[in-house]
Amino acid sequence: MKHKTFFWFILPTLSAMILFIALPIISVIIQSLHVEHEQVLITVENCGPFGCTESVAVDQEATEALLEEAPLGRFNGLGTYTNRAHLAFAELGEAWRGTDTWAAFWDRVMSLPFYAALAFTLTYTFVVTPFVLVLGLAIAVGVNNLPKMFKGVTIFLSLLPMMVPPVVGSLILLWMVDAEGIIGATIQNIFNDPNLSIRASGPLMWIMLIVYGIWSSIPFSFIVFYAGLQTVPEDTMEAATIDGASKWQRMRHVVVPHLMPLVVFISLIQLMDNFRVFEPIISFQAGAFAQSLSTIIYNDLREAGNPLYGSAGATSMLTILGVVILLSPVLVRTYRDFTRKSSH
Amino acid sequence: MATNAQSAAASTVVNGVASAKAKPRITPLQAFSVGFVILWLILAAFPFFWTLWGSFKVQSDFFSRADWRNALYGVNTIRETGGAFTLQAYTGAWVQEEFWRPVLNTMIVVFFTVIISLTFGTLGGYALARSGFRYAFWLLMLALVFRAMPHITLVSGYLLPFFEWNIWGILPTTIIVLVAINQPFTLWMLHSFFLNIPKDMDESAMVDGCTRFQAFRYVIIPVMWPGVITTGLFSFLLAYNDFAVTAMLLSSENQTMIPAVVSFLGTTQEAGNVMFAVAAVVSATAPLFVLVLFFQRQIVSGLTAGAVKG
Repeated sequence: MKHKTFFWFILPTLSAMILFIALPIISVIIQSLHVEHEQVLITVENCGPFGCTESVAVDQEATEALLEEAPLGRFNGLGTYTNRAHLAFAELGEAWRGTDTWAAFWDRVMSLPFYAALAFTLTYTFVVTPFVLVLGLAIAVGVNNLPKMFKGVTIFLSLLPMMVPPVVGSLILLWMVDAEGIIGATIQNIFNDPNLSIRASGPLMWIMLIVYGIWSSIPFSFIVFYAGLQTVPEDTMEAATIDGASKWQRMRHVVVPHLMPLVVFISLIQLMDNFRVFEPIISFQAGAFAQSLSTIIYNDLREAGNPLYGSAGATSMLTILGVVILLSPVLVRTYRDFTRKSSH
Repeated sequence: MATNAQSAAASTVVNGVASAKAKPRITPLQAFSVGFVILWLILAAFPFFWTLWGSFKVQSDFFSRADWRNALYGVNTIRETGGAFTLQAYTGAWVQEEFWRPVLNTMIVVFFTVIISLTFGTLGGYALARSGFRYAFWLLMLALVFRAMPHITLVSGYLLPFFEWNIWGILPTTIIVLVAINQPFTLWMLHSFFLNIPKDMDESAMVDGCTRFQAFRYVIIPVMWPGVITTGLFSFLLAYNDFAVTAMLLSSENQTMIPAVVSFLGTTQEAGNVMFAVAAVVSATAPLFVLVLFFQRQIVSGLTAGAVKG
């Protein structure tokens, strides 16, 4: 294909991606270097019958004019990145000096919003992903052994958790485990403890969010593994059986190595998707116990009447940095494969 | 006679042995694996059917602190409305809270997002599949990185410029943003799909005197529909399921379905009627149920295309 033809074919999709993905990222970088204007204050002298008092008031007009003139706010450099709501270097240093034990230090760190969100996001990502891989494979093997007539309906029902919008899926689960839902209320009645509720307990909330994450992602890994199982070479399996390999050994030494590329593929997709966990926290109204990097950005932007663009931008940049770190092994690997292929 | 009977008996014995060999006994491992699949099916499907059932009850039944069986029999529903099933939740959501407006908006957004992203995606995916240049590879890598961007980080970049240009809150802006967010995935999927269409087809058309675009138009387009339909399904799901973009970029009168469900939760908790949200959730799930029913094969093939999930 000629360069010129290629250009015209790729133009619509490329311009869409540049305009609405690349430029917004640049816009985020610029925003993150700015911070909201300080309100313009004026001193007003009120003179009454008992003398004059001076009071400080906000000059609404001047504040608005300033905002009109420079909607980005004032330049702040990297100030937003290092403040308490983000990397909080000063607070970290103080916590390091001021605490004696690791536990105490950890407690202090977890009270900083960015680190709390990072901790949840990473926990979620690295707990959900392995569970999804293992359970998805187990279900795929199970379904593969089912009689043919049951397979269609099994796949149909299995797809549901993934197909529904995350907001809807998590609400459906929440309504069951909530204090008044079928599971939540039954558990309360069994343990006879009316305070046993995911709304009242941080650990329970974390567990429930992770359960939702696993539940909604299993279908994906199940379907991919199931398709992979159809392509396991018959000859190798037969040879292994003749050589006296047990079922488990065949699974371990033939099937799993054959599925290895799929494991890499699913892990990649799962890491990307789980790192941006967002909707379940909104649906569960879990804000008090769990925040993710995405939800703290969302909260900054929802700040009533006065969105904190600078703060949201800084968190966004740190999140993007996290994504790049997560993706870097894959990118390096793909690049190596590509250069090896093209050198042949 | 006797020999006949004997041989018949012998053959049954042989058959019996053969069938015993062909049909191995159920091992504990197999029983465990079937049990595991059944457990998963219950976990996967039961919540949906439970919510569907509960949406025809009153709140004090579906959310019953005293006894979960109330939701099954509808004790309070019978007391309050006279029947075991009630449409209160649905009339509340659709008529009183005007849920049809967000539904209409969702239909507009989804329709245009799918059409535009497929048009852009087929052109770009075709070019990437047929170009052996190095920059085609780099574009695909760039698309992968873009695919991994959390949507909310992009949204935080849109808000300020959109406010400045006065294009915030309207449907066309949201549609084009969703198209752009959709592109990386669409490109990857259609790229790998076009790779499977033999190069000879369009190249022989070009030998016969077609331009590249004519070859695309008359040779490739007629055979590309299976891949386009599969990709279209995933574009549909992305636009339909989106919360981050639609919640932040649309004004309240242009709201779509999923943000509307969330705002039901906010407003109805004071009014004490979560059932509106339950009805809205069931209404939003029903079309997807039908979609999976009819397009199961395409969805499965799309997930396993080895490209990227939606």
